[in-house]
Amino acid sequence: MQQLVLLGAEAIAQGALDAGISGVYAYPGTPSTEITEFIQRSRISSEKGIHSQWSSNEKTAMESALGMSYAGKRALVCMKHVGLNVAADGFMNASITGTGGGLIVAVADDPSMHSSQNEQDSRYYAEFALLPVFEPTTQQEAYDMVFTAFEMSEKFQLPVMLRITTRLAHSRAAVVTRSSLDQNELKLPADPRQFVLLPALARKRYKRLLSLQPELISTSENSEFNQLSSGTDHSMGIIACGIAYNYVLENYPSGIPFPVLKISQYPVPVDKIRELSGTCKSILVLEEGYPLVENGLRGILNNNVIPVHGRLDGAVPRDGELTPDIVAKALGLETKSGPGVPAFLANRPPSLCKGCGHIDTYNALLEALKPIGGGRTFSDIGCYTLGALAPFEAINSCVDMGASITMAKGAADAGLIPSVAVIGDSTFTHSGMTGLLDAVNENTPITVIISDNETTGMTGGQTSSAFGRLESICLGLGVPAEHLRVITPLKKNHEANVMVMSEELNYNGISVIISRRECIQTAIKHKKMSKS
Amino acid sequence: MKTDIILAGVGGQGILTIAAAIGFASLYENKYVKQSEVHGMSQRGGEVQSHLRISDKTIASDLIPLGNADLILSVEPMEALRYLPFLSKNGWVVANSVPFENIPDYPSVDLIKEEFNALPNSVWLDAEQLAKSCQSPKSSNIVMLGAASEYLGLSFDSLKAGVEQVFRRKGKDVVDDNIRALEAGRQFSLKAQVR
Repeated sequence: MQQLVLLGAEAIAQGALDAGISGVYAYPGTPSTEITEFIQRSRISSEKGIHSQWSSNEKTAMESALGMSYAGKRALVCMKHVGLNVAADGFMNASITGTGGGLIVAVADDPSMHSSQNEQDSRYYAEFALLPVFEPTTQQEAYDMVFTAFEMSEKFQLPVMLRITTRLAHSRAAVVTRSSLDQNELKLPADPRQFVLLPALARKRYKRLLSLQPELISTSENSEFNQLSSGTDHSMGIIACGIAYNYVLENYPSGIPFPVLKISQYPVPVDKIRELSGTCKSILVLEEGYPLVENGLRGILNNNVIPVHGRLDGAVPRDGELTPDIVAKALGLETKSGPGVPAFLANRPPSLCKGCGHIDTYNALLEALKPIGGGRTFSDIGCYTLGALAPFEAINSCVDMGASITMAKGAADAGLIPSVAVIGDSTFTHSGMTGLLDAVNENTPITVIISDNETTGMTGGQTSSAFGRLESICLGLGVPAEHLRVITPLKKNHEANVMVMSEELNYNGISVIISRRECIQTAIKHKKMSKS
Repeated sequence: MKTDIILAGVGGQGILTIAAAIGFASLYENKYVKQSEVHGMSQRGGEVQSHLRISDKTIASDLIPLGNADLILSVEPMEALRYLPFLSKNGWVVANSVPFENIPDYPSVDLIKEEFNALPNSVWLDAEQLAKSCQSPKSSNIVMLGAASEYLGLSFDSLKAGVEQVFRRKGKDVVDDNIRALEAGRQFSLKAQVR
């Protein structure tokens, strides 16, 4: 037992190490990245041979973790909320197969979209898959819940979701650790057909999943993480989920006058909710994300009509993360504020680093496109998405991982010829390769620019699965060798690079240009490392 | 006793290092700490902030409510003003006067200075100059920490120990550079108050 100061994300990692995982599987994505990085850096994982290498994407991560669970060992799979979309096929069906060794799916949501393209709430996925969720309020709870979640996963033979949001993921506090558990022994499933989801077998497995639901609810009713506390003022009852509970506490430093139900484990504790609502004149629901509990309440309270307030009636804003001030307003408390922000203050949007290779790639592309016309460049998720902003304004889309190539293909199919895709190396191996195969199979007139910085740059320079493999992957997918070009994005090569791009833009078929120069940040890191 | 601190700056200016040093110092005094920081996209030359809370009692929220910060410590002048709504009535603003200009519409430093002068409790200093003058040119962020040391509710010895812990891995010279920077910042701030 020791006391450590950990980010919420790191608390999950330390919990998983101490709870005896045999592997973590993940693709980097803010705010989930630090879970896996912490395990990679940890001495325990190298001593105990714990798997921690990055996966190509969240789907491969989810499936590998399920495979580890099949073999009887405890596995952790981590992703950001939109990563769960990529992993959804495996996730939904893992609820039907069930597990062997404990399996935790740790998902970090990003309400307010600090670093994301939407703010979807992963609890809906767990409800959709009929799986339990843990939602910690503190770093300590995040640590402790890993143990409980693994026990529960092994007891019910189901994957369990651990859901955090940006604030907890990226906030540090002291965590007291427990003594660590040994890894599980290798063990095959007792039923050799457990993981075979042929329709006849899947129907049985689905009935099993359904039959477990009442017990999952009763586990929530008795969970130490779901606490109903009494109050003196029954004009309102509060339901506070996850870190929303912290904001309620913050607003009542000398004690909360209202009865409060803290929910940190799902499915929701139905009896506890009825107990709360039975004694209160109205209910205020505070949850980080979508109004999941608030929506559900309307069914639970159907014979007990009292007003329910929350995100749906405007008591809490419908979008964005919660803050102590938003919660104070919902509670009807006074808020204060310091002086206003002077009107002359300028925003400081993120921008590409000085000396970044993406800059030279965009400068060449913009010039090559001049005679052809703009409005035809589809891009993707990475630092290079900043090419949408001034001074470049070089891209016309950023939707989801890999969508640059496939959207360019669709636009070309519609007659926008040539169409251009700009994608990073890591995003290309994450979800771009299959789209490129589609374009190769039809020889679609698109030019795919892989802006290769030899790392996963935006999340902090993690290893890219594409490293050293891009040419062979493209050739293997069938890109003709004469239309697979490699350039170095440097100022001094500008004219030559514009020429290469013009040639390929004017070619009426599929072509790929790999524009390769190491990320300026990792280059600085490597330089420092080789000096010391 | 509770201290709420907003740390502000631009990605890469070392505010997370300041946060780590304060965090360690608080633990030496057996205090509770919560420190929320910004990762990811906002680090690419964008504004960066960290909410740091220190208390004798358990801390509920990871975020500081508006109007509650006892201190805004900013390693960049304009960034200090961005968080003014968090400042409490008697709170202090300690800011580096050297602008980080990576945007075309950066306001005039005189305008920023005027806003500062209107604040009841503020310290305005050229941390880069001070860092150079004490032969620790890379430590302007720690100069800033020194300048704010009076308003943290922590002893200066704990703060020194915190700085030492942050830089220990980098060797004695780096630790010494930063301790000098810390003291230079503190001295400046003490003199400024006397005036």
